[in-house]
Amino acid sequence: MSFPRVLFLTLIAKPLARILTGADVVGREHLPAKGPAIVVANHKSHVDTFLLLAIFPARTLRYVRPAAAADYFLKGRLMSWFSRNVIGIVPVERDKVGRDHDVLGPTRAALAEGAIIVVFPEGTRGAASDQMGRLKSGVARLAADIPEAPVVPVWIAGAGRVLPKGSGVPVPLNCSVNIGPALKWSGDRHAFMDEIRAALEKLSAEAPPLRWS
Amino acid sequence: MPELLAREPAPLLWGLAGVLGVLTLGALAALVLPKLKPGKDYANLQQRVWSWWVMVALLAGALLAGWLAMTVLFALVSFLALKEFLSLAPMSREDRPLILVAYLTIPINYAFVLTWDYGMYLVFVPVYVFAAVPFLMACIGQTRGYLSRSSVFHFGVVTCVYALGYIPLLMRVHRSDAPQAGAAGLVFMLLFATEANDVLQYVCGKLLGRRKIMPKVSPNKTWEGFLGGWILTAGLIVLAAPHLTPLRGIGLWMVAILLPLAGFAGDVTMSAVKRDIGVKDTSHFIPGHGGVLDRLDSLIFTAPLYFHLTAFFALETY
Repeated sequence: MSFPRVLFLTLIAKPLARILTGADVVGREHLPAKGPAIVVANHKSHVDTFLLLAIFPARTLRYVRPAAAADYFLKGRLMSWFSRNVIGIVPVERDKVGRDHDVLGPTRAALAEGAIIVVFPEGTRGAASDQMGRLKSGVARLAADIPEAPVVPVWIAGAGRVLPKGSGVPVPLNCSVNIGPALKWSGDRHAFMDEIRAALEKLSAEAPPLRWS
Repeated sequence: MPELLAREPAPLLWGLAGVLGVLTLGALAALVLPKLKPGKDYANLQQRVWSWWVMVALLAGALLAGWLAMTVLFALVSFLALKEFLSLAPMSREDRPLILVAYLTIPINYAFVLTWDYGMYLVFVPVYVFAAVPFLMACIGQTRGYLSRSSVFHFGVVTCVYALGYIPLLMRVHRSDAPQAGAAGLVFMLLFATEANDVLQYVCGKLLGRRKIMPKVSPNKTWEGFLGGWILTAGLIVLAAPHLTPLRGIGLWMVAILLPLAGFAGDVTMSAVKRDIGVKDTSHFIPGHGGVLDRLDSLIFTAPLYFHLTAFFALETY
């Protein structure tokens, strides 16, 4: 991705994330340094994407691309421009899920080009006080297609308090990002999804407690 | 640069040079120890020393730059500390507007330092924020656990905003009022004595510690550490304060005896809060140290006490 994007993310997004959310990282050594790689994270808030972009070092950032819903992030010209050029999304047309349309096509292509794809397998943002929603198996299909890409589980705690779904005003509060060791494609889609879920639950137990009701 | 430094009071420069010396020793230890006694993990020691360098650089820079820089620095520190506290405290989605109001007290509190409205500074948080927060909570219709929830906000604002604001307020003292080393000397003495007390209590506890002092709150704290830190810090203040501050006689001895006690009280109080919440460190913001509140806990208690004792015994300004 382009140099201005990395500059913006490094000089503006990173310090903002640090000051407004603390952006505590545990397990930084597990972050992939190059693509192809898949980062799977829980999803509560738009702050999740912002945090995941902020924790990568500048030299890796150009490979990092969040897979994001086209129906939401490519709505309107300004939003669409920002999503493509600043966040660097790979569009997922989740409303076109069906037999004829390859929803994961752009993501697979990006992985093949060496991207680090950020995926939120819950598919949408959950409530801050909830645990994890049901995981969609798209990430297992990506891992099956590109088995050399490690799948790195990440648990983000606290983002749902900063900017919950349905709220437009962010409130600065600390967030923590726990990163676990990479998982390798195991050959079975169901077993692999269970493995991802277990890894995320383990990380969530290690994260600092959220007393949020 | 040399000309600029030459305008600063000599005792302050000597004090800063002393701190620089201690930090250099720390850095050497972090470099040499892994070579002398390999095998142990020194990552925490190295992070800890590196973080001290950053914190001392920021504080020394603000001390030399003057009261405005100190006000801006501590407004930021208050924000980081309050954010840490509110992130750990029990909150709910309906509290989000109140969290924003709590942050809003920071610019107002520090504005009274900028305009030097000492009277307003004294009453704004303890009286008016104290009254406004429960009222706003009632307006939102938040009545579940009303008293305990509103007191959480008050605890956070008083400790993280009001108590810390005394430090830039002290930076506004006239040079004529503290001819020894100016306002910066006054603040340097407070910061140095507070941090020295933390370190000396820790070191005395490590070397001599036997009898636990508060096993339910801080199982690692001992009577030996507490008393050793108290005596050594008091001695340090009696020796250093006459060169850095106008404190003399009874005022000097009061500060020497009470400041280490207040530091201990702050440390233990924040430990009790952490125990209630169920965390060891308030965050990982300062590598090797933990959170901002972990580092500030004793300063929250020593700053107002030192300010009021100094003002009462030795200052015309306040």
